[in-house]
This record gives sequence, structure tokens and C-alpha cells, in this order.
Amino acid sequence: MKIDTDNLTVASAMRHLRAGDFSARELTEAYLKNIEERDRDIHAYLEIFDDAIEFARAADVKIKKGEAGVLAGIPMAVKDNMLVEGKYATAASKILKNYRSTYDATAVKKIKDAGAVMLGRTNMDEFAMGSSTESSAYGITRNPRDESRVPGGSSGGSAAAVSMGGVLAALGSDTGGSIRQPASFCGVVGLKPTYGSVSRHGLIAMASSLDQIGPLAKTVEDAELVFNVIKGFDRYDSTSFPEDMYHAKNAQVAAGKHTIGIPADFLSVGGIDAQVLESFNRSVGALKDAGNEIREIALPHAKHALAAYYIIMPAEVSANLARFDGVRYGLYNSGADLATDYASTRARGFGDEVRRRILLGTYVLSSGYYDSYYGTANIVRDMVASDFRDAFKIVDVIAVPTAPTFAFKIGEKNNNPLQMYLEDIFTVPANIAGIPAISIPSGSIEINTKLIPIGMQFMAPHLREDILFAIGKDVEAVRS
Amino acid sequence: MITDDDIENLANLARISVTDEEKHALAKDLEAILAYVSDIKDAASAVGVDEKKIGILKNVMREDGPSHEKGIYTEAILREVPQKEGGYVKVKKILS
Repeated sequence: MKIDTDNLTVASAMRHLRAGDFSARELTEAYLKNIEERDRDIHAYLEIFDDAIEFARAADVKIKKGEAGVLAGIPMAVKDNMLVEGKYATAASKILKNYRSTYDATAVKKIKDAGAVMLGRTNMDEFAMGSSTESSAYGITRNPRDESRVPGGSSGGSAAAVSMGGVLAALGSDTGGSIRQPASFCGVVGLKPTYGSVSRHGLIAMASSLDQIGPLAKTVEDAELVFNVIKGFDRYDSTSFPEDMYHAKNAQVAAGKHTIGIPADFLSVGGIDAQVLESFNRSVGALKDAGNEIREIALPHAKHALAAYYIIMPAEVSANLARFDGVRYGLYNSGADLATDYASTRARGFGDEVRRRILLGTYVLSSGYYDSYYGTANIVRDMVASDFRDAFKIVDVIAVPTAPTFAFKIGEKNNNPLQMYLEDIFTVPANIAGIPAISIPSGSIEINTKLIPIGMQFMAPHLREDILFAIGKDVEAVRS
Repeated sequence: MITDDDIENLANLARISVTDEEKHALAKDLEAILAYVSDIKDAASAVGVDEKKIGILKNVMREDGPSHEKGIYTEAILREVPQKEGGYVKVKKILS
């Protein structure tokens, strides 16, 4: 049968593969053709793996034998900050230009073991620092819905790859919104799981207490399928949850109608675009009409989450990125002595935003400022988490727009770091509190005959991704 | 107020060399960002001292002991090392 990549999902492709309607090889070739046609303009990928067809051939053999894993034959892409053994992994930075991964990240190993076809690695902001994929050392990515606009970031390559029909699903990472905001900008689904549900082993660290790997896909069902493959305890990540914690929580039923909390106090501080707010309110109204209960709630400290984030995250960045010094891997620049080797390697290897955050982190951790910045930020972190605990006593799920804006023009926010940081205002609280959150396409705005997507975000208590999937499917149902 | 000297000092601590031109731009950026994040001081001062507890997160350590057979990863790891000699990572002399 003819492969219609416009309407194919992970779930439907799985059914067709098992029914023998087409082979994994044919499916992979269809996506490689789409990439060849579109990626010259979009630049979602940094590299297409030359052995993608080998993965597909292996999947075909397993499917025939009836030994197929959950994702057998499904083309997937991986953000360039996750290790795929033997392949380059650069985190879109010059400092790792020629680095080849010595092992598989746990999440990568899990999708490989499930039979996924590894198609390639996707572009991103350098070291996942940014909200537009413009800080990549290897060139920008364009938004497939309007090429004059950014795809969001930092997982902009993964979001654009799914959106342009260049892959069925992709892995991204989310430290302050880096899966959800590009998902919103590109009109796809993006899940940031509960902190600790997916192993971070083999993810090039940005801010270890906030980083989390998650899926980007076309539908909620697809995101759920991929999430179920990558989650789970890993002895190489001591913050990953034991399996039984999910089992206990999943006994509670997520189906049926929900009580949705709207934090009106928080929405009013976000500098939110009027059209984004209007679209959000319309979506909330539709969910109410579908039988869900809408309740106004307060998250009194959520408005401080972004400020706390821009202290905690750079502090962790300055520590995590100390390892890139030209000694063990990556770029090496020879100077007069060892100290100059370090300083000149790092000056040549790191881009502007990475340097800015390392220096900011060094500042907030330095003697005399530590308590007033880093200490205080951690107190605020507790307060934000406590707000969520209180709110989830009276509602099942909290809804906010994913980002205060829709996809902005390339170059529009490039020269003003603070303006770029404000993109994260609605996504950062979930990272700060460690709770799961999902962005679902919920509307669009027509500008110059182009439909620019808008996403809405739902946040749930720890380990309750099941509620996010249930409500996400409700949103898809009311839209179609 | 963040001065160019402050940036020089931070860059030394962070082991990144910066040019005079970069110092100026970085000072301006850091000042704007610090002004924004300083907002949390007011938020936190509203909380009583007794309630102040720093860090809800704790490190989880594995048992101390050998995690794998000696030497099995040496070759794979050394392949990525820029300067090496005889199975060692090579760096410039720091004591003369």
C-alpha cells in the first residue's frame, strides 16, 4: 500500500507494519525521501545516520518472526545531546565537534531495544540553552509551518523533524521548557515527564536537578507509547524511580471527566500575547463544554519560578560544563601552559549564551553571593512546589498556555537574552517542582495565509502522566 | 553594578578567556539578568526564618566499590582523548 506520511502516526504505522501492509524498510525510505525534500530548507537534522536502513532491515526480520518490540520499524530521531553509540554527539556545540559517543544513553538504548529505526540526530540550541534553536553552532532550524519563524527550542530540531514529516517521533530534553515550547511552536505534542521517571544516563547534562528526557510526537497516543518505552529505573541514574512507584499510582483511575485548575493570578503576570490568551480561553471553554469542571486556583509563588530558575540552572551549568576543558574529549586548543589550554579551549569551544550562563552561575555561587542568590532560589523552589501540592488537593490537573507567544520571527529575540528567557515563564514551574507536563496543539493564528500553531499546557501531580494523556486525548477529541 | 573587572574575575574562576570587547557585553547582559532574578529576594523574605530550609533535593549515592572489571572501557574512552600517551591522558606539566 502507498505510505501516506501526512496522516501516519506511530500507532497506525505499528498496525500497518504488523499487518504486512508495508515493510520497515519501505517506511524508512519514505521518511528519508521526505527529509531529502524538506530538510534543505528546514535543517531539523544535523546528521542522517548512514545505517538507518540497517535498523529497518533488522526490524523487518523481527516483525516477520513475530519477535517485534513495541517500536519495531518506527523511524525515530534523537536530539543531539543524547549519546548513540558510535555516532557523533555534539550538543550543537563546537567544543564537542568531533566527539563520538562511547555508549548508548539509557533512553536511546530502550528505543533501540524496542526496535526503533534510528534515523538521525536533530539540531538544538547549544547545550540546550535557548528557546529558538538559534544558538546552535551548526546553523539555525526553521519552523516548518512558516519558514520565517523559529521552531522554538531548545529541542527545535526534534519538533521540526516531527512537524515536517521527517520522522514519526523524536526524543528531546526539557530543563525549563525545551520539549514543550518547541512542540507548541511546531504544532506537535511534547511531554516533559516527572523528574526521575526517565533515566538521564547518557544525556549531556545541562542542569542535573531539572533535566528530563521526553518524547515529541504527532499525537498524545504516540507520546504515551514512546514514554512507556523510555521510562523506568536505571542503576546508572540514582534519581530514577523504582518501578513500583508507578504501579502504585497507576492504580488510581485517570479516565473520565477532570477538574481543571486555572491559575488566574499566574496568567496575569506572564506578559502573555493577547491572541495566545484568547486561544487558551477558547480551549478551556471547549473542555468545559465537554463535561470537565473548571476551577480557578492560586499559585501565588509561580511568578517567581522563572527568577529562581535563572539562578539554579546557571549554577548547575557552571558546574556541569567544567568538564569540557580539552583534556578528556572534544576540542583541544594548545596554549602556553595547562591553565591557558583550559581557558583558550573553552573560549573557542563555547558560544555566547553558554559563556553567559557559565559566568552567571559562577557569580551566583561565588563567596558572598551564594546565600542571597542560590540559597534564596532554593527556598523559592520549595515554595513553588508547595503551591502545586496545595493546588492538586482540589484539582486533577492545571492548565496554562505553553508559552506566552506563538513562534516568533528568526532574529527577533536574538540580541536580548532576558527577552528570550521570558519564553520559559509558563514551562519552568513544572521543572522547578519536578512534576510532569505536556503541550498539546490547541489552536492556530492565521498570519499572511500561514497557520501558526498554538499549544496549551497541562501539569499533573508527580507520576501522574496518565492524567495528562487522558486530558490530552480530550483536547484532541474536542478539536476534531 | 557589574564592572569589566568583575567579568574578568568570573572568567578566571570559570577558566574561559574573554576579550575586552566581550567583557563589556557580558557585564551589560549579566547586570540585566541579575536585576531580574533579584526579585526572588522579596519573595523569600516573606517566608519566616524557621521555614527556611535549603534544598529539597538530596544526592543518592551508590555503594562504594568497583563498578566494573578494570580496563574494559580504557580503549573506548581513550579514543576520544585529544592528547594521550601510552594508555594515559596527557596534559602539560603543572610543577616545574
